[in-house]
Amino acid sequence: MKEPRSLKDIAKTPGQPLAHIESIEQIPLPPPFDRIDEEPPIRPLSDAAREKYVVLDDTVAVSIQKPASKEEEDRLVQGFLSGLEKLMRREDNWTFLAPFEMSMEHCAHCQTCSEACHIYEESGHNELYRPLYRSEIVRRIYFKYIKKASPAVHGDIDLNWEVVARLIELSYRCNVCRRCAQTCPIGVDNALLSREIRKIASQEMGIAPRELHEDGSVLQLKAGSSTGMTPMVVKDNIEFIDEDTSERTGIEIETPWDIEGADILLIHNAGEIMAWPENPGAFATIFEAAGLSWTLSSEIAAYDAINYGVWYDDVQFARVAVKHAQAAKKLGVKRIVLGECGHAHKALTVIADKILTGDLNIPRESSMTVLLDIVRSGKVKFDPSRNDFPVTLHDPCNMVRLMGIVAPQREILKAILPPGRFREMAPHGVENYCCGGGSGFAIMSGHNFADWRHHLTGRRKFRQILEAFQDEPMDREHPKYVCAPCSNCKGQIRDILAYYDAFEKAGIYYGGLVELMVNAMVDSQPGFIDWEWH
Amino acid sequence: MAVLPYIVTYACLAVFVVAVIARVIKWSTLPMHLRWELYPVAHEGGGRAAYGGSYLEESKWWTKPRQVSLLGELKVMIPEIALLVALREHNRKLWTRSFPFHFGLYLVGASTAWMILAGVLAAVFPGIAPGLALVTRIAIPIVGGLGLVLGLVGAIGLFLRRRSRELRDYTAPADLFNLVFFVIAFGCALATFALIDRDFAIVSGFVANLSTFRLVALPGQGMALLLPVLSVILLAVLAAYIPLTHMSHFIGKYFAYHSIRWLDKPNLQGGDEERVINELLQQPITWAAPHIQGDGKKTWLDAATEEKKS
Repeated sequence: MKEPRSLKDIAKTPGQPLAHIESIEQIPLPPPFDRIDEEPPIRPLSDAAREKYVVLDDTVAVSIQKPASKEEEDRLVQGFLSGLEKLMRREDNWTFLAPFEMSMEHCAHCQTCSEACHIYEESGHNELYRPLYRSEIVRRIYFKYIKKASPAVHGDIDLNWEVVARLIELSYRCNVCRRCAQTCPIGVDNALLSREIRKIASQEMGIAPRELHEDGSVLQLKAGSSTGMTPMVVKDNIEFIDEDTSERTGIEIETPWDIEGADILLIHNAGEIMAWPENPGAFATIFEAAGLSWTLSSEIAAYDAINYGVWYDDVQFARVAVKHAQAAKKLGVKRIVLGECGHAHKALTVIADKILTGDLNIPRESSMTVLLDIVRSGKVKFDPSRNDFPVTLHDPCNMVRLMGIVAPQREILKAILPPGRFREMAPHGVENYCCGGGSGFAIMSGHNFADWRHHLTGRRKFRQILEAFQDEPMDREHPKYVCAPCSNCKGQIRDILAYYDAFEKAGIYYGGLVELMVNAMVDSQPGFIDWEWH
Repeated sequence: MAVLPYIVTYACLAVFVVAVIARVIKWSTLPMHLRWELYPVAHEGGGRAAYGGSYLEESKWWTKPRQVSLLGELKVMIPEIALLVALREHNRKLWTRSFPFHFGLYLVGASTAWMILAGVLAAVFPGIAPGLALVTRIAIPIVGGLGLVLGLVGAIGLFLRRRSRELRDYTAPADLFNLVFFVIAFGCALATFALIDRDFAIVSGFVANLSTFRLVALPGQGMALLLPVLSVILLAVLAAYIPLTHMSHFIGKYFAYHSIRWLDKPNLQGGDEERVINELLQQPITWAAPHIQGDGKKTWLDAATEEKKS
């Protein structure tokens, strides 16, 4: 393992990676994946990528091109300092000034946060991945180069273009799951500092991963969805999903579009429509069976609940949130309900709470509570014996640790699973671990980034999943279900299960919550969950 | 010279009070920020705080009265302040140093508070002065003495911990200076207690005089005078110094918890927060990236609502 020996190393060894992880040195996974020598290694970064982009470690997330001139080098440094200064201005950063300043001023550098970080832990305690490593560098830059304070008081650090570029890359080695912040005895949030670094890069320097910006929030605002689906295409796709779902369940459904005055505007993560069509199909089936007044919207951006700005850019965040609210206002719905997407939950319900006012301030609610209402109402009958397989629950950080929606999904599972089939992960609830796809990672796979996240960010969750099923025969003949009521988490879990071939070797499958509900619906034909599709 | 310790202490107390007030004003006047809470939220009612649940677990939560529990908040805050529960839970190695350090500070602070109170009460009600003096003679050597010992041991432990391989690189010279300052001030005070002022009579007399503005010279000569004077001055300067540094986290922590981590109050339609938000949205931005082009005239509202196609 290679790792930086000190904070100052961030400015040294130009062009060379600061860290390297050998998969053989990682902590072995539980059986049947406990042969560390049989694990696929992290594929090396291509020579072309090393040549062209700033290299921090084994991978590249942001693809920052190496500057070609002294002017470009200076522009990186000046842009970063300018952005850092703006983060401390009320006008430019009222959105996060208080939490940012608090975390800049009061860290005691006690390293309590390190042990809480799944990336640091699974890296074998590589110094580069400490939550404090990146945040302390940005603190020292701030105090030395903006505040002109003595390094004797706040610590010393050198600053050059490579430090800036590496720091931006390093801000994308954090899932922003805020598990570290949860353990801080003072209330400092080093995960927030990752996000604030990303904001400097995006909002001031125009630097962000393509998957989040050009192919993410920009595409959503332009075409309507980061999937590229236009309103016409999304309607076609939903029509196909309705037909397919009706065929599978034996219950005729037709998803309502643009119904004015409906009680609920349901917004899915459009990734569900593309990658997991059974999820929107299941929602339509359950909502129709329960007799809810609901609709989807075909307005630009309003049929895709994602809001990638929540990971890297306050302005892009606000733009998308406003679009969502405007669509709801136009239809005159009474409430917006978020489908199974954790970051969309947090973005529109909690963070946008201090942006939306007046007639845009339409109440927002989790689908978890709406689904629980349906279960409690008795309007839909469930046969738990149809879900007679082991199930564990992944807690999406955004929905659970950051919103406090913990109990509804568990109460639903209790109602639709036979006794003894549910098992919790350890730890779970608000102390859960991130799936590894948080803060945009689930959709970032450029270069060899997917390999890196499988080995570092997603490994703890995979370990938890395996541990949860250790009392079961770990083979394909005994199917097991990881319930992940979040689209991004599902994407990450899908990827890591595929990476380790976990369905073939251990019978581990994954899906959402609402699919399990339809699978147990008495009025539906049995077998809604398609185990062969994985 | 006799009034020197009094003047220094008054000056230091003034600095302490002003610095604390300045910090409180600073943190309490920062603009409203976007919600960034972290669960569990201690004041959440309905039994939900126990597992980290929130009012967002309720269907149509905005139509239902919020259940907020002050008791629940106190049940978390008091053990956290007194015992540093979060540190004990998540960093036991540091807690074994930090807890005695902080608890020692509390005991020294409590002893000082008692001596101030006793001094004022004795001046106002001379009849109870002997009783107050008796309590001081019995309790303060135990409470204050224990506080000094714990604080000194904790400060030394923290200093050594900061020199460990794990923390060394994250330690600025000022961090070490701060701990050395504690060691010297507490060490000096402890030496005064152990060698000269076993029953805290000199120090409690000084504090009583200080509280009643009677600038009477401290008793004794030579080392018997120098050590108490030095202790008083060092402790006073330390008290003034703390809120000027990042050790002011005793103030910051309150706001970190109450104004950020546990700030879950929703902005309801037509509620009092909407006016503030609308004002904040009118603030100009200068973010320079091509997709924003903040020119100092464009507001947050402009940026959030403009049609951007690239």
